[in-house]
Amino acid sequence: MSVELLRESFDIQGRNFDKAGEVSSEIKVILRDLFIDAANTRRTVIVAYEGEMNVVMYAQRGTLTLILTDKDISLEIADEGPGIPDIALALQEGYSTASDEMREMGFGFGMGLPNMKKNADEFRIESQVGKGTTVFARIRLNADG
Amino acid sequence: MTLREIRDLLQCEVLTCENDMHIDVTQVVASDGMSEILAFARSKELMITGLTNIQSIRTADIAAVSAVVYCRGKRPDRKVVEFARQKRIPVLVTEMGMFDICGILYNKGLKGVS
Repeated sequence: MSVELLRESFDIQGRNFDKAGEVSSEIKVILRDLFIDAANTRRTVIVAYEGEMNVVMYAQRGTLTLILTDKDISLEIADEGPGIPDIALALQEGYSTASDEMREMGFGFGMGLPNMKKNADEFRIESQVGKGTTVFARIRLNADG
Repeated sequence: MTLREIRDLLQCEVLTCENDMHIDVTQVVASDGMSEILAFARSKELMITGLTNIQSIRTADIAAVSAVVYCRGKRPDRKVVEFARQKRIPVLVTEMGMFDICGILYNKGLKGVS
């Protein structure tokens, strides 16, 4: 059994590129203040940032929930967006449905979801077209040993 | 190679953290795609990009790179520079293009991340 130490939810505003990434920066500070090691902080924050950017780019709004236990860090990113019709395809590196505007921001080259998966020990996407997407990622704190 | 040597080699102007030119880098990650930077950076690299918006500094912070070089003479606006200063990320700008920058640094022994 793991012991929950912290649970915090953050609102993400869709289409607001100026603020995009603020939630992930805040999570970085929280984890650093809790003395989570640099490697696990880095993995968590990359997952959070790619997830946050996806919400900003595709959805009206979303919520990122950070859950820290004595064994792992979990991120749940839920949005009210268009949903993903083919999750396997979306997870292929290089596949992208991004607009030119998103690419001008430096995102939308088909690496976001693969990056998230690569940095997580557990990764799951649930999506309903027309309703939204929830991404769940878990980073084990003892993954390196 | 120190940021000071990189600054001189690439004829850079330094926009933030002028006192951190002693920082040493051995690896480079170069892209205009932020996910690519996030995918390949292992921390402490030099990041080279032509993307000058706020996301470039946000990505540099998340990927924990040592410094950012903006290529092709592109300059970030004041808000972006201020944000980099806040995050204590050295920012350099050069007129050189990405291909030339990478060639020069590779010749001097710096390596990419693969």
